[in-house]
Amino acid sequence: MLAYIIRRLFYAIPILIGVNLLTFTLFFVVNSPDDMAVSQLGEKYVTPEAIEKWKVKNGYDKPLFVNDEASGIDAITDTIFFNKSLRLFAFDFGRSESGRDITTDVSNRMWPSLAVALPTFAVGIGVNICVALMVVMFHGTKLDRWAVFVFVSLMSISYLFYIIGGQYLIAKTWKLVPVSGFHPDGQVWRFLILPVMVGVVAGIGSGARWYRTLFLEEANQDYVRTARAKGASEISILFNHILPNALIPILTGVVVLVPALFMGSLLIESFFGIPGLGSYMLDAIKSQDFAIVRSMVFIGSILYIVGLILTDISYTWADPRVRLS
Amino acid sequence: MKILSATRAALGLALLLLLSGCGEDPWNNPNPPSPEGQLVYQSVMSPAPPKHLDPAVSYASDENVFLSQIYESPMGYHFLKRPYELIPLGVEDRPVVTFLDEQGNEVAEEGDVAFSRYTLKVRPDARYQPHPSLAVDDSGDPLYLFDSASEGARFRSIPDFPQTGDRAVHANDYVYGIKRLADPELGSPMLGFMAQYIVGMKEFTAQLAEVPRDQWLNLDEYPMEGLEVVDEHTLTLTIYGRYPQFIYWLAMRFFSPIPPEVDRFYHNPGFIDRNLTLDWWPVGSGPFMMEKNDPNSEIVLVRNPNFREDYFPSEGGPGDLEAGNLVDAGKRLPLVDRAVFRLEKEVLPLWTKFLQGYYDRSGENHGNTNNVFDQAFTVGPDGVEMSGDVADHGINMDPDVKPGIYYYGFNMRDPVVGGYTEEKRKLRRALQIAFNVEEYLAIFYKGNGINAPSPIPPGIPGHLEGEAGINPLTHEWIDGGAARRSIDEARQLLVEAGYPNGRDERTGEPLKIFIDVQSQAVSNTTMNWMDRAFGQIGVQVEYRPADWNRTREKLLTGNTQIYSHGWLADYPDPENFLFLLFSPESPLICKCDGANNSNFEHAEYDELFRQVRVSPRGPERDAMVARMVEIYREEAVWLFAYYPKDIYLSNPWVSNTKRHGISKATLKYINIDDEMRQLKRAEWNQPITWPLFAGAVLMIGLVLPGITAYRRRQNATAKNTGSQ
Repeated sequence: MLAYIIRRLFYAIPILIGVNLLTFTLFFVVNSPDDMAVSQLGEKYVTPEAIEKWKVKNGYDKPLFVNDEASGIDAITDTIFFNKSLRLFAFDFGRSESGRDITTDVSNRMWPSLAVALPTFAVGIGVNICVALMVVMFHGTKLDRWAVFVFVSLMSISYLFYIIGGQYLIAKTWKLVPVSGFHPDGQVWRFLILPVMVGVVAGIGSGARWYRTLFLEEANQDYVRTARAKGASEISILFNHILPNALIPILTGVVVLVPALFMGSLLIESFFGIPGLGSYMLDAIKSQDFAIVRSMVFIGSILYIVGLILTDISYTWADPRVRLS
Repeated sequence: MKILSATRAALGLALLLLLSGCGEDPWNNPNPPSPEGQLVYQSVMSPAPPKHLDPAVSYASDENVFLSQIYESPMGYHFLKRPYELIPLGVEDRPVVTFLDEQGNEVAEEGDVAFSRYTLKVRPDARYQPHPSLAVDDSGDPLYLFDSASEGARFRSIPDFPQTGDRAVHANDYVYGIKRLADPELGSPMLGFMAQYIVGMKEFTAQLAEVPRDQWLNLDEYPMEGLEVVDEHTLTLTIYGRYPQFIYWLAMRFFSPIPPEVDRFYHNPGFIDRNLTLDWWPVGSGPFMMEKNDPNSEIVLVRNPNFREDYFPSEGGPGDLEAGNLVDAGKRLPLVDRAVFRLEKEVLPLWTKFLQGYYDRSGENHGNTNNVFDQAFTVGPDGVEMSGDVADHGINMDPDVKPGIYYYGFNMRDPVVGGYTEEKRKLRRALQIAFNVEEYLAIFYKGNGINAPSPIPPGIPGHLEGEAGINPLTHEWIDGGAARRSIDEARQLLVEAGYPNGRDERTGEPLKIFIDVQSQAVSNTTMNWMDRAFGQIGVQVEYRPADWNRTREKLLTGNTQIYSHGWLADYPDPENFLFLLFSPESPLICKCDGANNSNFEHAEYDELFRQVRVSPRGPERDAMVARMVEIYREEAVWLFAYYPKDIYLSNPWVSNTKRHGISKATLKYINIDDEMRQLKRAEWNQPITWPLFAGAVLMIGLVLPGITAYRRRQNATAKNTGSQ
């Protein structure tokens, strides 16, 4: 297995280079180094000299990809792309365009992101699986049909509606919890109730419907009929027979998300005032802070790759027949 | 039954947790408990958190909300008096200005002035906040200077340092602060502009650019010709020529004092990697100091215990006494102990918390202001009225016309709408009349703006009210008010311009104008309205939406016909607005980001501007300003313009909220009636608990039939097929 993991890690290098190249190209199609300088220096009294100085200071005074004035390998290495990308592979994210240390920011901001994402993820999976199993138990009945209708309806509603509706009803009208905010020193859970609840409810429709499909596929297998014939209770069949056998597709969709939980949620964090990495990325895009954008995309790519490797490893745990080679 | 019991227990536990966690506070209180005995002001910060808090680098108004409370620049503004009045802040009195000739001899103001020298006397009672950078050991050496990053690695933020120190503000600190503006390492946005004025600044920058910078550079070792420390409390600053407006620049944060010790402290090895920088942790002598800087969540300012004796003004402008703005006259400032600014990115949470009483005011410079006001006001038959929630809560409005201007300008080099012939003037004037600014502001801004008949906004000398202030070429004075000239007049002007019924009389082609709009700033509804406005005179419009970067590119190359722009005052002088039409400011002439995006060129205007720039205030200068406004109107340089108006909302327990258009150093005047705040918060935030019980019942209602059905199925016998 170790050889497999090492091989997968080596495969990650060209993927990361490709992602980085794509991010770089997309960013500089929209923004030029001059735009970035003006954005950082302000819009009043910005002289061409000030722009040039900013570019020199921040390493944006070189060509983007190919330096025609340099010769040999320098034509590639003496460019913005090479200089800015190489450091990422050494996990040196450097400073944001406004001068802040990105590693420090990321390490501070990932905890609020996790504080919201982890409970939403864990409770969400638990609720979705329980609801799906219950619906499977009543497969073919009116309850099942109504449940599918409700799932599809819940899926059709915009995520924003859940957020705004939750804030309006629970926080504004009923005054049961704070409408937004986050205080790590205080009672954090008070600020987490609403975003977690919104996240879980918004995910029930798609999650439970998907799990229902997986469970139904298993429910029609011979081993389930055998278990039932042996007199096993429905609860036992669901949790001891169907659920373990449906784990492989569940893990495929779920484990890959676990590392990405660090990255936070753009919408939830923005609306609920959670100072996490989701809003960090959003702010960076708005303020044309390429240093943060490329670092966050890089971290996101790595986490996704780690998630995929973890998924493969989890298969061996869920199904002993699976061997990684 | 076991499942039912478990459900009940879980619900009970959840309720217990909810109740136990909230104590006596309302359940929805998002604010942590205030420190005992401290009066805390709760406010909102801009949706874009501050990027820079170094006074040499910061130039954004939402950053100034913090910097103006922490630093004291040499000059400031009177809180209440209008027109805006300069007062000494960090210095004892207004600077003494002496004029010098080329040889450095003193001459009269009207003489052959080559230099102006400003002598500033620093207040002897001005003292810095307690800060670790000023902490010294028994021998007087700085306590926190490290040779390596590992030595200071345990300090991750300023509150981690156990020892602090303080000292008086010295004249050299102002000199050091100005030298930092010229340090090429910092990239101050003021460098290019100030180097034109301060003697020796360019040379100083060039000299520093040659110095290797692997560690802290003591700027005291590098003299700047225009700066001199006379004694511990006196300094002189010399600028080229005569520039009376320079005194206003002394009221800006760029001229704040910076102790060299602080600069050295922040250059400790490894500090920058933990964001321990002056850009993050400002150190000043103002009424407040920064206790917490987490721009992702909140910024907390606390009273500076070393702040000098400063008192609430005992006199104000007309109407201030009647408005209750002098109730706290003579009280020691600041009036609150602590100010918390929380980040709010979305309107609903901001508005909800404000109405629940958890924010004292609706926000300083909040980007969503207009959306907030959409919820706060309704347009009734008598104009803009407060909506029910706002009126019931006793919320106060603080209307404020900003000293700024937003405008759509013509590119005077454009072959269709540009040019200086009579026909072109008439064409532009016809378009000006057709665009009904008053209606536009009423529909799209709920009246939060005033039609601008000149580039000079209210509160700035040169702005005239009443009949004298109207643009007679677009408006008439009828029955005591300004009335827009008729569409018929616009049509007639169009005929005279060579476009009868909106068609070019030579080619017969319809006249089409092109407006560059910033994508997010103009809605489809607005564009439809503009189509109709110009359609009245037969003119067609095409819009060219683009983001700011692309718009800026077009302005720099003159590749636009009609563009939108805005300007907020740096200081309350007409020169700060009239320069928007000064030809050397044209991007096509200066080959820079000039402010004259209309590329307006007018010899008389330029000459008058040069004189206004160096003239002292007085009737002669006023006459020159009036003539420049007249030229602006005659030439019809801008399609339309308006002075933006903001309405800030304050809960009833907040006082001294009079808006100041120029200065942000107003936090020290804010006062809070904490008793009323507690009562109102408790009254407005009684939780409604029935949904909790209803939710529990609903859950049971959903689960119970399932359990019953499950049991029935488990206990059922083999299915009866009915075949017997």
